[in-house]
Amino acid sequence: MKAIYFAWIRERIGLAEEELHLPQEVKTVAELVDWLVGRGEGYALAFENRQSIRAAVDKRHASAHSSIVSAREIAFFPPMTGG
Amino acid sequence: MVALKVRVQLEDFNAQEEEKRLLSDRRDIGAIISFIGLCRDEEPPLSALELEHYAGMAETEIEAVAKEASSRWPIFGATIIHRYGMIKPGEQIVLTLVAAAHREAAFASAQFIMDYLKTKAPFWKKRHFLDGAASDWIAPKIEDDLALRRWQESKSPGG
Repeated sequence: MKAIYFAWIRERIGLAEEELHLPQEVKTVAELVDWLVGRGEGYALAFENRQSIRAAVDKRHASAHSSIVSAREIAFFPPMTGG
Repeated sequence: MVALKVRVQLEDFNAQEEEKRLLSDRRDIGAIISFIGLCRDEEPPLSALELEHYAGMAETEIEAVAKEASSRWPIFGATIIHRYGMIKPGEQIVLTLVAAAHREAAFASAQFIMDYLKTKAPFWKKRHFLDGAASDWIAPKIEDDLALRRWQESKSPGG
């Protein structure tokens, strides 16, 4: 599964994207965040305030409870500021 | 059929040309609303706004907003262009054109599109300062969420 990071989440993690090999028990967006936070300081910093994190599963807005089981691509980003 | 055109691009756009294209040769259009969002300078002065976007998702989210607008109001067509990359103060960021028979539908749907686009389309703005101070990401405005809520109260949410 591909993970993509945007804006200050990308900067804090230090990566624009990466290929993830997840353990089977990681099944939702929230569980993925828990798993990522355990990977290092940059991740912990990026996800320190979970309420300000948005996610998309296969380019569709997702919630913390959304399933990632058959996802090809998951993106994490801050609240949007376009327009 | 409603002609909905969405583009996400690095280059600038020409609102007059887009307006002509949207009008084409139709004679039944009574109103066109043209909204242009610009990069506004601030204090301390900006060298540029950097717009980051999620390619692929940005287009589909804007298309979904345009489609929702066309299901709520009787409009003939809409053109929405959103730029990304480095944009200097005074330069154009976003164009929303809506054509309809009457102004009510054109005004309301153009505002709806902009309100939704701001909180649904994956774009992020970073400020770069002229004096070389550390650049920073713009935080979302509470007013933008309130603007969105108004539409959700006026009709049941459509997505």
